[in-house]
This record gives sequence, C-alpha cells and structure tokens, in this order.
Amino acid sequence: MALKLSDLRTEVHQDWCPGCGDFGILASAQMALKELDIPQERVALFSGIGCHGKIHHFINVSGAHTLHGRALPYALGTKLANPNLEVLCFGGDGDGLGIGVGHFVHAGRRNIDMTYAIHDNGVYGLTKGQASPTLGLDLQTKSLPEPNINNNVNPVALALASGVTFIARSYAFDTRHLADTLKKAVLHKGFAVVIILQPCPTYNDIETRAWYSGEDRRNPETKRPMPRVYKLESEGYDPLVKDGMTEKERFAKMSQALEKAQEWGDEIPIGVFYQDLSTSSYADRILHRIPSYLTASPATQAIAVDGGRPAADLARIYDGLAV
Amino acid sequence: MKDESFSWVIGGPQGSGVDSSANIFARACAHGGLWVFGKREYHSNIMGLHSYFQVRVSEKELRSPVDRVDLLATFEEETLVRHAAEVVAGGGILYDPAKAAKPIEEIETWHGFAKEHVLERLKGEGLELTVAGVLKEAEKRGVKLFPVPYTDLVNQLSAHYPEKQLSKLTRVVNVVAVAASLALVKFDRAPLDDAVRAIFGRKPEIAEINVFVADRTYEYATQHYPGGLGRTLTTRASPRRLFLMGNQAVALGKLLGGCRMQTYYPITPASDESEFLEAHEVFDAVPAAKLPDGKGSILVVQTEDEIAAITMATGAALAGTRAATSTSGPGFSLMCEGLGYAGINEIPVVVTLYQRAGPSTGMPTRHEQGDLRFAMHTGQGEFPRILLASGDMEECIYDAARCMDYAERYQLPVIHLVDKGLANSNSLVPIPDPSRIRIERGGLVQSLPATDPPYKRFAFTEDGLSPRAPFGVKGALMWNTGDEHNEFGHIDEDPENRVKMMEKRHGKVLLAAKQIPREEKVNVFGPPDAAATIVSWGSTKGAILDAMASLAEEGVRLNFLQIRMVLPFPDDVVRDVLSKAKRRISVEMNYSSQMAGVLSERTHLSMDTEIVKFNGRPMTHNELHDALKRAAAPGAPQRMVLTNGS
Ligand SMILES: Cc1ncc(C[n+]2csc(CCOP(=O)(O)OP(=O)(O)O)c2C)c(N)n1
Ligand code: SF4
Ligand SMILES: [Mg+2]
Repeated sequence: MALKLSDLRTEVHQDWCPGCGDFGILASAQMALKELDIPQERVALFSGIGCHGKIHHFINVSGAHTLHGRALPYALGTKLANPNLEVLCFGGDGDGLGIGVGHFVHAGRRNIDMTYAIHDNGVYGLTKGQASPTLGLDLQTKSLPEPNINNNVNPVALALASGVTFIARSYAFDTRHLADTLKKAVLHKGFAVVIILQPCPTYNDIETRAWYSGEDRRNPETKRPMPRVYKLESEGYDPLVKDGMTEKERFAKMSQALEKAQEWGDEIPIGVFYQDLSTSSYADRILHRIPSYLTASPATQAIAVDGGRPAADLARIYDGLAV
Repeated sequence: MKDESFSWVIGGPQGSGVDSSANIFARACAHGGLWVFGKREYHSNIMGLHSYFQVRVSEKELRSPVDRVDLLATFEEETLVRHAAEVVAGGGILYDPAKAAKPIEEIETWHGFAKEHVLERLKGEGLELTVAGVLKEAEKRGVKLFPVPYTDLVNQLSAHYPEKQLSKLTRVVNVVAVAASLALVKFDRAPLDDAVRAIFGRKPEIAEINVFVADRTYEYATQHYPGGLGRTLTTRASPRRLFLMGNQAVALGKLLGGCRMQTYYPITPASDESEFLEAHEVFDAVPAAKLPDGKGSILVVQTEDEIAAITMATGAALAGTRAATSTSGPGFSLMCEGLGYAGINEIPVVVTLYQRAGPSTGMPTRHEQGDLRFAMHTGQGEFPRILLASGDMEECIYDAARCMDYAERYQLPVIHLVDKGLANSNSLVPIPDPSRIRIERGGLVQSLPATDPPYKRFAFTEDGLSPRAPFGVKGALMWNTGDEHNEFGHIDEDPENRVKMMEKRHGKVLLAAKQIPREEKVNVFGPPDAAATIVSWGSTKGAILDAMASLAEEGVRLNFLQIRMVLPFPDDVVRDVLSKAKRRISVEMNYSSQMAGVLSERTHLSMDTEIVKFNGRPMTHNELHDALKRAAAPGAPQRMVLTNGS
C-alpha cells in the first residue's frame, strides 16, 4: 500500500511563527518521503535543537530530536548500527555550522550514506535572533544590537572542502524543488548535504521571503518581481563526477561548484552543486573488514543464544593471551 | 612485613622496549606456572623519558605491587640512579659497566625532588656524584652488582647473523636483560623460549634470534656469576590462565556481553581497549547464533571527539545495538550532555571511564580514583544511572559484560569505573566462563501485532520499564527528545506528566536495586569479628587483599567491604556491614576520601581513619600493610596520606 501524505503527519501542534520557512521544509520533507515510498518504519529521522528541531515531532516516522549541534553523530550512530535504515537528519545553521560544525566536517570524511539538511535562516531562531554562522558581515538583523562583526561561513564551500559527495541548495518556499532535491539526496549513495534557504520572518528582516522572491526589484517593463533565486538545472549546469573520471576532471567539478557557491545577492543559485559517484561509501569500506556487515549488522546480529548465553565464542582470542 | 615474592624492575627511556622486556619476563614466569603482577609506570611522552615496569612474581596469588626491588635490570644511567635505593640488601643490580662514569647532573631527562635527594645522599656519604657512586652506595648496603657488557655481547652475537640483521639486533639488549635476570635466579630455560615465541609469534625469524640470544646470555651469566643472585625462582605446574591487561579484560567482557559497536576518541589510558576491540572486530560465534560464516562482529569507530563518541553510541543504541564508549576524565567531561540525553530518553549506553590523575590534563599517565563523585553526578538535572566500579581484572571482564546487560535491562546509561592502575597492570585470570554471563534484552520489542493500540515508547507501567523497540520495527513509531516528553516522546511540560515521568525514570533504579543480587553489588572479605573493617572501591582491592593476608600472618585480623555498585547505592548491605564494624577504615586513591563522604551521606556512619593517596602511584602491598596495621589500632590518626612510589 503506497504511503499517503496523511500517514506522515502527526497530531502535534506546529508551533512555528506564522510565515516561517520551516513550514515549507516540513511540507517538502513529507512530499519527498511520500514520493520515495519508503516504508515508514525503515526511516529514522533526526533533528537538532532550535526552531528547526521541532520538525521531527511533526513527521510521523521514528527518530530523535537530539541535542544542540549533535543531530549528526546521533544519526550517524543509527545508520552505522543498522545500514538498512534510511536516515535523514535536519539541523539548524547555528546547530550544524556553529556548535556542531566539527561533526559536519568529519561526516564528510566518512561518506556515510545518509541525508543532512540544514535550515539556513541566518539567525539563532529559538534563542531570539542572534547572528548565526551564515549571516554576512555587517548585516544587522532585527534583534542584533550591533551589526554582525563576523564573516559568514559558506556551507557549500565547507562541504566541498570536507569531502561531502552530494552538495545541494534549495529554498524553503519552493517546495517542489526542495522535495525533489531531498529525494535526490536520499537516493545518493553517500553523505548528502542540502542547504535550505529558510526565511525567518520573526528575526531575519533582511533575507526575507520577499527579498528572495525579488519584490524589491521589479522588471521595469512587466513590473513583475525578479526572483533572486535561480535554478542551476535550468542553466545546464552539470554537477556529476562519474566513476572513471580522472582526478583532474574531479577537481574541475569541484572548482566549478566552488565558483557557483560564491554567488549571492542578486543571483542565488539553488540545485545540485556537486555530486561525486566515484568515492566509496563508509559501508563499502567497512565491508572490506567485516564481510557480514550488511547482513548481520551491529543492530541486527544475534548477541545471545539459548537462555542468554553469549553468542561470542572467544576461544581463539584466549589462545593468543593464554599461558 | 613477611613477603616471599620476587620483585623485578626494568626501566629505560620510553620507546626503547622496556614494555616488551617486561612482557617477556612476566610471561616467562607465568609460562613457568608462577603468579605474576605487572605494573607499568610511564610519562606522557613517546620517546626518551623514563619509564619502568615492575613484575612481581610468587608461588602464591599476587594482586598488587611492592616498593621493594629484588633485582633491578638497567641498560642506562637514569633507571639505575632512580631505582638503586629501592633494591634491598641481598638484591642485585644488572647494569652496563660502560655507563658507570656518567655524572648524575648530566642526566638531562630527570629533574625534581627525587634527583635532589639522591645527590644529597651521595654528598652526605662522601661518594662520587656519578652512576659509580650510586653503585658503590648500593654495594655498601649489601646489594650485589652484575655488570653486563651489553655492547660486547651483542657484537659477538651479530657475528652469527648476516649483515641485514644487525639493525634488528640492537633491540635484543632487551632479551639480554631478561635472560640474564632469569639466569641469575636459576629459572628454567623452556618457559622463556615459550614466552619469546608467543610474543614474536608473527615474526618467527625474530623469535629465533631472540631465543638464540637468550641462550648465549644464559651461558654468559652462568659462567660469570655462577652463584647467581642467591635466590631462585622455580617453575611449577598450573592451570591455563589468561595473561591480561585491564584494557583487554574490559574488551573481552564487552564482546561477551554483546557490545557490537564501540566509539572512542583517543585518550590514555582508555584507547588501548578500543584498539584491542578493533584488532578483534570479527570473532567466532557459537554455532547456535547462526551468524554468517559463524562470525560475529563489532564495529569500532574512532570519532572526532568525545561528544560524537557518546552521541554516536547512543544513536547505535536507538537502533537496537548494545553500544559503548571508553574514555578517561577529560573525555568524560565532554560527555555530560550526551549522558543526560541517554538518561531522559531511557537509552541503554555504556561508558567505560578509565580514571587517571586529574584535574584537567593532570598526570595523564598516572593513577588516581578521583572521578567517583564526577561519575555519580555527571550531567545537569537528575536522571537515573547505574555506576559500577571494578576491583580487579577478573571483575573487569564480568562487570563489563554486566554493564551491557544492566543498561538494556533497565534502559539507562551505565558507567563502568576503572582506572589507570587496572588498565596498565598485568595479571593472570582464569579463562572466562561464559555460563557466568547472562544476556537479557530487557523487554526489547522485535515486532508488534498489527491490531495493537499505537505504540508508546515511554508508556507508563507498573515498574517504570516501557516496551523498548529499536528503530525499524513495523508499527513502533517513536520520538526521542531531550525535552521532557509524554508517553509517545513528544515534548510535554505539563506538571502532572513531569511528575509521572520523573517517578517512572527514577523508579527503574529502585527496581534495579531490588533485582540485582547482593554479590553483584559488594564483596565482603575476611572474618566477621575482625578488629577493623576496611571500606574501599576499585583497584585498591588488590593491595588491600594482599595486605590483609600478610597482616593475618602477624595476627591482625581485618575484614573488607568492597563496594562494586556505587549507584544505585547498596544502602542496606553497607549499613549492615559497617554498623557491625569495630573500627572503620576507608582506603582510596584520591585526596578527599570521596567514597567515605558518600558513605556518610548514605549511612550517617563516619570513618575512624581515612587512608588516602594521590601522588599518582598505585598503593603498594607493603605501604598499605603498614598503614592498615596502624589504622586498625586504637588511637590511629583520622587521616593518613600514603606517598610511596617512584
Ligand atoms: C549546548 C547548548 N547551548 C546552547 C543552547 C541554547 N540554544 C537553543 S536553540 C539555539 C540556537 C538555535 O539556532 P539554530 O541552530 O540556527 O536553529 P533555529 O532556531 O534557527 O532553527 C541555542 C543556542 C542549547 N540548547 N544547548
Ligand atoms: S523564530 Fe524564525 S525560525 Fe523560529 S519559528 Fe519563528 S520564524 Fe521560524
Ligand atoms: Mg538558524
């Protein structure tokens, strides 16, 4: 029986502010899960702490609303223990690129097959609007007493430098594009990062929904707003590093992505920046050492036999230690 | 103190093979059927600073080190000068005569009080301030000197091997020292060869060179020192035993106890355990487990930090894995928040905490039991946990397995407290008996009938234990959150719900306290009518038992309450034993008598004498013998600070 959108909803009250981009992200995530049609129990969903973190309670799949900055290692632990689960993780920009940024970098090195989506709203929403690591230098959002004194981190560039094999950006209020991007991320065999531009109407009064859709810059002839967000796909941009490509060709793809990642302001690209199909996944690497990893995973192998006796028989280890 | 054991010390700069020498010596003695206890002391350094290894050998079971040295094996100046004064009259020193002229001032890797004391002593006695002066001083006390010209010997030997082997031969001085030592106590050759072959098992060529060197060294020593040391070590028959380090003991227990994922971030003295596990990541399984190719496996993950270590292990536990992490104080500090998350979400996760001397980096390679209070109270707010402290290598095995089990049975974080003293000591342990280990999966839900009402991960139940499904079970959808939550796991700050949830979580430890048998909580040793009762926890157990035995020979009868389960605290047993005590003596490797404090909080009973030690060196048999003798007598001081060790 195919999954319905209603299967993926919970009765929990959605307590985000009216107009919050998180509503768009929630809707897109549910669309993606429905369209992927993965049995509910096979999904494990994680979120960090911040406004974004509530998302888990609104989606009817198992998982964990974790600690500030730590959603990723919890998610990785679950995926490593049971590689047959489909693991999705949602983080905040403060959560995932501030306090938890170390985990982001190391997740890139491992290339574990899961999806990590970051709600990029430029602020620490839940603590009332302080600057997040993605807010640009000198910007002064609503609750900042002084303009931002720090430069911003570029998550796409950081992901590239960390070895992430799928790097995409999407926009919370383009739910079709976001759902499609999340689906691509889930289907990618490796660590997939999706940066989601997420308006926070309450605290980020600069990068607003109106700003993203270009309300302030209308076409002089048609008087229509000229959206700042444009799609890489529509430009014929090719992010793919295919198996068999040379290192040089791979570097060229990385440079192209890095260059695109610098665009901001009036031209903000969304879509897949980089996708590397040639790098081994962590599970492949484990399989070289533990051949039964996928069939008898840490979570699923028998650890006891009749009456609770240990399944492990260590006689051969004892041989090496015995006198 | 009467003591028939033989104490052998070898020392040298780190990275020069002291450990492998000690390993060969200890294994040779063990192969020869004797009991051994090995203690390793080292600096936080990779190459050059002094380290030493004591191997204590006896026909009777041994559980602790002594301060006395019977035979000191040295290659260079620093070991000789540092340890010569520990050698007893009638004992011996093996040394390289080429090093005798070295002035003590010129030993650049050695500073501090101990060096000054040696210089003052020599000056006082009018002796030369050189290695030779120290040797003369020892000789005057009746210590026998055994010069061994290592270089000459090795040069002679290299003639027997083709050119390419020369570089490898520089390391054979280690075997020269071991073989010479064993020859001096007239020990049989065969167990030495067994030990060499066991240790170099993977490199038979190297093993044979070492056997050859041992042969020649025996010849040399017998020829030059026909009288030997004047003491003998005699081989005897003994059952097959495991020669273990604490790190390995914990690892074996985890494998037996069903741990299938271990995360860690490198830290002394914990990481050896994870490395051992990784080296044995694929292991045999009993046929009844029906695992592919008859193999089980454990996934060991080196994480980016200890926050990732605990959270990743917790993520694995949510998927249904028995998961653990190992660390010491600095890493455990980073785990506080993650531990609380496991607490509020009732997730079984095990942390093995290897205590070392703190605070902060402290003395990273030295021993202490300073983290008792820390492990009891880690984390904000209140959540139940089980805290177990092992006293010796054998307990490490079974406790490590039990920790995995308690965690799952009571759905909570479990902390296993061990320490550097255990981690880096060697002793002999009977082959583990799997029938002593029971794996109970604590109401783990593997499937749900389709007609059931919606699954509630945190359902209120009589005993506080809710049905626990791992991720992946059809129909068992659940939410975990660090926030207070309702039965489904959704955020809920309703005051009534809060009270019920708090009662539910804390109720589980009451249940654990009731269900866990007394013998898993405490050990009581010695006669009930003893003159005094010792209370302690952790690895002081060895020195206490050894001291009790030697004191009994002097007619001092003591008994000993070893607290193994710190949380839930075994109030009744402890109150029962302590209230019958004629005198109460606590023994702990920390400054503030942490356990004595906990005891008085729980039982309102205080200690007559608190024995503490915090210089980073484990308590020795003899110093505790003396201290307990004094503490057991009326009029003993309220606090006694032990300071032995180098
Ligand atoms: C260790 C820790 N430090 C601080 C906090 C307080 N805190 C809660 S949410 C938050 C910021 C959230 O910002 P972001 O991750 O960007 O999420 P958003 O609210 O914007 O979705 C902080 C700092 C916390 N929960 N834990
Ligand atoms: S503060 Fe911002 S991010 Fe948080 S719910 Fe409100 S609008 Fe959304
Ligand atoms: Mg944010």
